[in-house]
Amino acid sequence: MLVNRKLILAHFWLAFAVFGIALTLGAWQMFIRSPIGTWLSNPELYYRSLTAHGTVMGYVFPTLVAMAFGYAISESALQQRLVGVRWAWAGFWLIVAGSIMAVIPIAMGRASVLYTFYPPLIGNVFYYLGVVLVVVGSWIWVALMSINLRVWRKANPGAPVPLAMFANVAGSYLWAWTAVGAALELLLQIIPVAAGLKATIDAGLARIFFSWTLHAIVYFWLMPTYIAYYTIVPRAIGGRVYSDSMARISFILFLVVAMPIGMHHTFADPQVGAGFKFIHSAFTALVALPTLLTVFTICASVEIAARLRGGRGMFGWIGALPWDNPMMLALAFSFIMLGFGGAGGLINMSYQLDASIHNTQWITGHFHLIFGGAIVIMYFAIAYDLWPHLTGRELIDIRLIRTQLWLWFIGMIVTTFPWHWVGILGMPRRMAYFDFGDPAIAPQAFSVTLSAIGGFILLASGIMFIVILARGMRAPQIDAGPYRFALAVHEPKTVPVALNTHALWVALMIGLTLTNYGYPILNLALSSGTSVPAVYVGAQ
Amino acid sequence: MSAEETHHDSAEVAARVERRWATIAVIIIVMMALLAAFAGIHRATMPQPRVEITDPSRLHLSGEFVESNLGSVLEANGNVTVRAIGQQYSFTPACIVVPADTPITLRATSADVVHGILIQGTNVNTMLVPGYISEQLMRFAKTGDYLMPCQEFCSFGHEGMWGKVKVIDKTDFADRAKGGGRLSCVGQ
Repeated sequence: MLVNRKLILAHFWLAFAVFGIALTLGAWQMFIRSPIGTWLSNPELYYRSLTAHGTVMGYVFPTLVAMAFGYAISESALQQRLVGVRWAWAGFWLIVAGSIMAVIPIAMGRASVLYTFYPPLIGNVFYYLGVVLVVVGSWIWVALMSINLRVWRKANPGAPVPLAMFANVAGSYLWAWTAVGAALELLLQIIPVAAGLKATIDAGLARIFFSWTLHAIVYFWLMPTYIAYYTIVPRAIGGRVYSDSMARISFILFLVVAMPIGMHHTFADPQVGAGFKFIHSAFTALVALPTLLTVFTICASVEIAARLRGGRGMFGWIGALPWDNPMMLALAFSFIMLGFGGAGGLINMSYQLDASIHNTQWITGHFHLIFGGAIVIMYFAIAYDLWPHLTGRELIDIRLIRTQLWLWFIGMIVTTFPWHWVGILGMPRRMAYFDFGDPAIAPQAFSVTLSAIGGFILLASGIMFIVILARGMRAPQIDAGPYRFALAVHEPKTVPVALNTHALWVALMIGLTLTNYGYPILNLALSSGTSVPAVYVGAQ
Repeated sequence: MSAEETHHDSAEVAARVERRWATIAVIIIVMMALLAAFAGIHRATMPQPRVEITDPSRLHLSGEFVESNLGSVLEANGNVTVRAIGQQYSFTPACIVVPADTPITLRATSADVVHGILIQGTNVNTMLVPGYISEQLMRFAKTGDYLMPCQEFCSFGHEGMWGKVKVIDKTDFADRAKGGGRLSCVGQ
């Protein structure tokens, strides 16, 4: 039973409001850098907009969704009132304060450093402090998830932790630890310089700290999506989870191996040797494992639903799936985008292939396909599924929901496929505009136009999403009943301790991070003469 | 057969299928890592192995990256070394001239913020991080002009930071390199 509906709704609404703003900025950016919108070629405004888009989409939006979903899981899966509601509200308000504090210097053009910061470029100190507040607010959520599970364990000694909560807490630990990298970069390096206490910074070391956060944060964004795959989709389409223990193993694998792999973002950097780059590349390959396991388990779970509905034959069951069910549709779209995005990811992470696409538009295509596509479409599905339980009202626009999901899927493909293509041609990313008059660049104009059109399809879909939810707040009242999660085919009566607790895996996660990052960080931190003068953004 | 036994049997089948799938997944991943290791060791295709540092605030005063030392130089062994700097918002030299069919070592660094060098239509792609020297091996099969944009955001002028690479005939290059000195195609 969901008791703290207001708390959860507040997180969701703030998440979707900032998402709407950032989505609009994104569409505008694609428009002005395309050949159809060259009337406004002001790079300065473009990079302000890009910083806001990235900061919101990277930090604020997914964090709020994970928090909202986490609180909902904690109450409904554990069937106990949330412990620490006041703290939860405090975390929420910290995020509100942090977001406002960060957005003002961005809007003033004093923090156009993009969401990946780029030292020795240094923006206004309040931008970084705002980001820190957002992270601190989310750490309160991490602590609350852990405390709530502990309270439940005391009341149910030895019982299997419900899968949704087990995964949710794994996701929160992953976030707590991965955020440490960016926190170290901000607190030890950037903020002292931004505050004027220091004038130089080690750009190479800062990049290593950031890479600690940069990849695992993606798996934090991914967690709510995977939780939805395992614990919502099978129930929503009338099936069962094929394997409870495989689900737990997948989440544990994410927790352990998502963290120590970030240096594959620095393959082309001069401040790390080839050895650690290879280790991180191999570990990145390993992180494909939980996804491969998940694809198998979820396809098998979906097949169960199809066979229960009378599906027959080797592939005949696919037609028997409830394709008009928005949850089924979202899952299918999500899997297709995950497939393409994942294949691209294997290329990015490979030691040798990375050089052909490093920092090109390919990368933008890749992460929009995974995050904006595969992940965010399941955020929509989560919201649609939870909404009646949060509002006590029915979502009646089922056809509109289907159209919205279709548009998001089409928009994402139209946006990202041309990006992959021009990336292979060597088009660099983060450009405010291109000189399409240059004969060498002119052939790319068509692809850039195409992806700008995709941007507007996405914007239309995003607006529809917000309208559907807003209309849902005024729909006729219903009794949505208790919020349930999918059952496994073989519900576990007992679960081995290793698959029921996190301590061992958290220890492994920390241990692996220290071995994979300890030496490169110490090496850079101890070498002298690598600090360079800061370059302040917007200072004349 | 009782319901309990059927349940047990199907659980067995499920576990077996699952194990098989997991094994296949692990094999795929191990193969990928082995392939990368093999290509890295055997074909020596790997990212820059050594870490070298340099002080960006003194680049113009002394050392490898003083202005008179930038550009392309023909080494005694027939190889070519190119030295370049990235700064907001241009490369020096803005046009790099190199011979075709010759092993070339690109050595570059940044004088201020993080930049990147990417030569379109090739696999040459490296970051320029201030304080560190980037080294990249390259070889061009054909003559021609290539665009060389900065691929990393380096503040407001990033989109205007485009360099050029001119690949010329090997003998032409040898001719031009006769007098010694550093070559570039700036202004040509």
